[in-house]
Amino acid sequence: MAEVLEVRNIEKYYGNKGNLTKAIDNISFKIEKGEFVGIMGASGSGKSTLLNCISTIDRVTAGSIKVNGEEITNLKGNKLNKFRREELGFIFQDFNLLDTLSCYENIALALTIQKVPAKEIQKRVKEVSEKLGITDILKKYPYQVSGGQKQRVASARAIITNPKLVLADEPTGALDSKAARMLLENFEYLNKIMNATILMVTHDAFTASYANRILFIKDGKIFNELVKGNDTRKQFFEKIIEVVTLLGGDLNDVI
Amino acid sequence: MMSFKLAFKSMKKNMKDYVIYFLTLVLGVAIFYIFNSLDAQQAMLEMSESKRQIIDLMIQMLGGVSVFVSFVLGFLIVFANNFLIKRRKKEFGLYMLLGMGKGGISKILLIETLLIGIFSLAIGLLIGVFASQFMSVLVANLFEADMTEYKFIFSQSALIKTIIYFAIIYIIVMLLNLFTTSKYKLIDLLTANRKNEKVKFRNPILSVLIFIVSVVVLGIAYYLAITEITSEMPTGVLVAIALGCVGTFLFFYSLSGFLLKFIQTSKKIYMKNLNMFVLRQVNSQVNTTTFSMTIISVLLFLTICIFSSAISLNNTMTQQLEECNPVDITVYRSANHMSDNGNPKTVAETLKSIGIDPEECFSEYIEVPVYVTEELTFGKGVGDEIFNSIKNDYTAVTYDQLERAMKVSDYNKVAKMFGKQEITLNGNEYAIVGDYATVVEIRNKALASGHEIELNGQTYKPAYSECVYGFISDSTQPMETGLFIFPDNALKEEWKTYNYLNANYVGETEEEKQAIEDKIVNLSEDDSINASEVGDMMALSKITNYEASKGIGSIVTFIGLYLGVIFLISCAAILALKQLSESADNKERYDILRKIGTDEKMINTALFKQIAIFYMIPLALAIIHSIFGIITAGKILEMFGKQDVLGGIITTAILIVIIYGGYFLATYFGSKSIIKSKIGN
Repeated sequence: MAEVLEVRNIEKYYGNKGNLTKAIDNISFKIEKGEFVGIMGASGSGKSTLLNCISTIDRVTAGSIKVNGEEITNLKGNKLNKFRREELGFIFQDFNLLDTLSCYENIALALTIQKVPAKEIQKRVKEVSEKLGITDILKKYPYQVSGGQKQRVASARAIITNPKLVLADEPTGALDSKAARMLLENFEYLNKIMNATILMVTHDAFTASYANRILFIKDGKIFNELVKGNDTRKQFFEKIIEVVTLLGGDLNDVI
Repeated sequence: MMSFKLAFKSMKKNMKDYVIYFLTLVLGVAIFYIFNSLDAQQAMLEMSESKRQIIDLMIQMLGGVSVFVSFVLGFLIVFANNFLIKRRKKEFGLYMLLGMGKGGISKILLIETLLIGIFSLAIGLLIGVFASQFMSVLVANLFEADMTEYKFIFSQSALIKTIIYFAIIYIIVMLLNLFTTSKYKLIDLLTANRKNEKVKFRNPILSVLIFIVSVVVLGIAYYLAITEITSEMPTGVLVAIALGCVGTFLFFYSLSGFLLKFIQTSKKIYMKNLNMFVLRQVNSQVNTTTFSMTIISVLLFLTICIFSSAISLNNTMTQQLEECNPVDITVYRSANHMSDNGNPKTVAETLKSIGIDPEECFSEYIEVPVYVTEELTFGKGVGDEIFNSIKNDYTAVTYDQLERAMKVSDYNKVAKMFGKQEITLNGNEYAIVGDYATVVEIRNKALASGHEIELNGQTYKPAYSECVYGFISDSTQPMETGLFIFPDNALKEEWKTYNYLNANYVGETEEEKQAIEDKIVNLSEDDSINASEVGDMMALSKITNYEASKGIGSIVTFIGLYLGVIFLISCAAILALKQLSESADNKERYDILRKIGTDEKMINTALFKQIAIFYMIPLALAIIHSIFGIITAGKILEMFGKQDVLGGIITTAILIVIIYGGYFLATYFGSKSIIKSKIGN
């Protein structure tokens, strides 16, 4: 299988000489096409920094990140933007939908900035919203729909461009458990049926249990790795809890 | 000391918001100083007494206008200040949370206002003093005065006046700040930044309907403005202006909704790049900006009309001068003044009796009598039918107003001297001479209909179907409303009422002419001359007319320029502040765009489009208003002659491009740096 993401020996420092913080300390891993990978860790563990580096929102201090074989750590300016809008799809904890645009327009925006013809936009928005079950809220504005619906709109925006890699940062963080479950089922659908590659950062074991592989991060390093394999989700969830317990008391906010 | 530090630091931190506010204050102070420093300008110019009087008048009028200007600036400053304070609620909330009382916050604001006030005054005055040096070139130019020698001009009175006026404005601002802070509640301050307001959108169909209504209302206003107007009854114009304001408000109320609906019909445009984002941005802001957009549009409209009318009035007056002053001087006097004691004197005889010998002073002169009789009135002159049709529009004219008449041979002598068309009449014909457009039009109707006049038992028919262009005296502008010309034998000697003497001075050079001019024109101030000798003799001279006309033209230009610039600055500053704060509020939206990978260039284009829409639409509407406004103003000003509009419009356009365009660019670059993000850099 083709490697979608290859992270090799990356490091990220914050601060100055006198007071240096290592947010990421020599992390390497790979993600193959069609995988659904979760990254878990307590707050301050470096998981969000890692995601920011992969999504090119932040820059690494050392090391290399390749997406689809292309080195992205030295991309700049418009090339960077082009990479971000064509190869990546983003789902954020706080949705990041534009409140002035309708749901339909929010989804379409990802295509208009790629200069996709209007006719095709209509077709693709229709397609993706049917898959995510949001056709009947397309005309509404973000403030008129629930959090779960918002996140599904954001997911639609993330995958409508057929990105190589979908990056989700605490996607269930602002949702109640029912909405979270629905969203995660959607992720499963995207992953299995549409063959989307997903990298999801979370500190929630239940959310993480939907992934098929989980990387645990502590103090900027990979601490452990779990593969779902042939386990049921419940078994996988129990394994996750074990690791979380091992990780220490600072992750006591699970469940 | 603590408050001072906080005030200073927060000003530094809020620099981006404050920079345009500060620049506007500086500009306001500078302009205020410049236009009030004209008394000092005068000192370095060499000019005649009459010019000096005109400049004195101008200084007085500018002083009056300055009061009005200070109100406009006052409102602008209060508005801008309130606006900036509102944006800092969270900061104040934090201070209060830390235990600072409302008094402390008031103190910080007080110090801030004081600092800004002192700095803006100091810098504004400095710029004003230097810029007023250039102003003297303009003054010298307008008055055609010679700059004797260059002197550095400084007007102490303008300095004091500027300081007093602005001090009052700043004190009002301080008091208002005190009032606002006293109403603050901690919870409101802390949650002020949290956006709990829902983005409200107006019903698009309603918007389209209101838009149509607004266009219709504006259409009616335009129609009224150009049809229901006569130079004497401006009520139609007032109604038009009121309707125009309402229409403008409705226009901005519905515009964004309409625009959205309209552009959405073309998916190709709407779904292109960030167009839909831009339109939605505009649509979301318009709720809060409808009112200010209306004010801005109306102010821009006033600016364009006032300024271009002022310039064209000046141009017109200058152009007319030559045409209206064919001879050096016209002197007229009652043919039989009571001081003559039954022994009528001609103008030439009167002049001679006071030591001005026409034969010596004038290279050529012609004296002609003008006749007035009760048999010939305005009503009889135009006929009952035409009089009744116009009497409601021109309340100043009455039926019994007496008309003046001349013998055809006398008129032809004047016409020959003036280089105008001579008149030939048959025994039973008459003609009318005139150049004052409004009245000439009425008379033309009567002449075209072949209206007959009865005089001394004899009936006369019009010899021409319209008035003959001409006049019998020098003037600053066309003002001959109609002089009846009859065959020589038609007018009785006892109707002789005035004598008009037109003459050219002896002398080749300006100085020689000026010497004679001074002798005649200064008669009234010469105490050695017995008033009874002169009677009611009056003189209209080419030189005086030129100076008066140039003077009035300059006054009008100066006031137009003054008001125009102040209005423009006010509009542009309000827009700039609004847009800059919008950009700060919407930074998050631009960040989202960046996160999903939008090109920087595309974002900048979107920002540019958005700001351009807010700047250009009020301007565009104001320009459309102005087309009709200028036509109307031109009609009102027609009494000063046919207006040369183009020159005025070009100058106005340059002024707008510089000031408005400058603010637009400043807003764009300011916003660009506000929304700039560090992602990926």
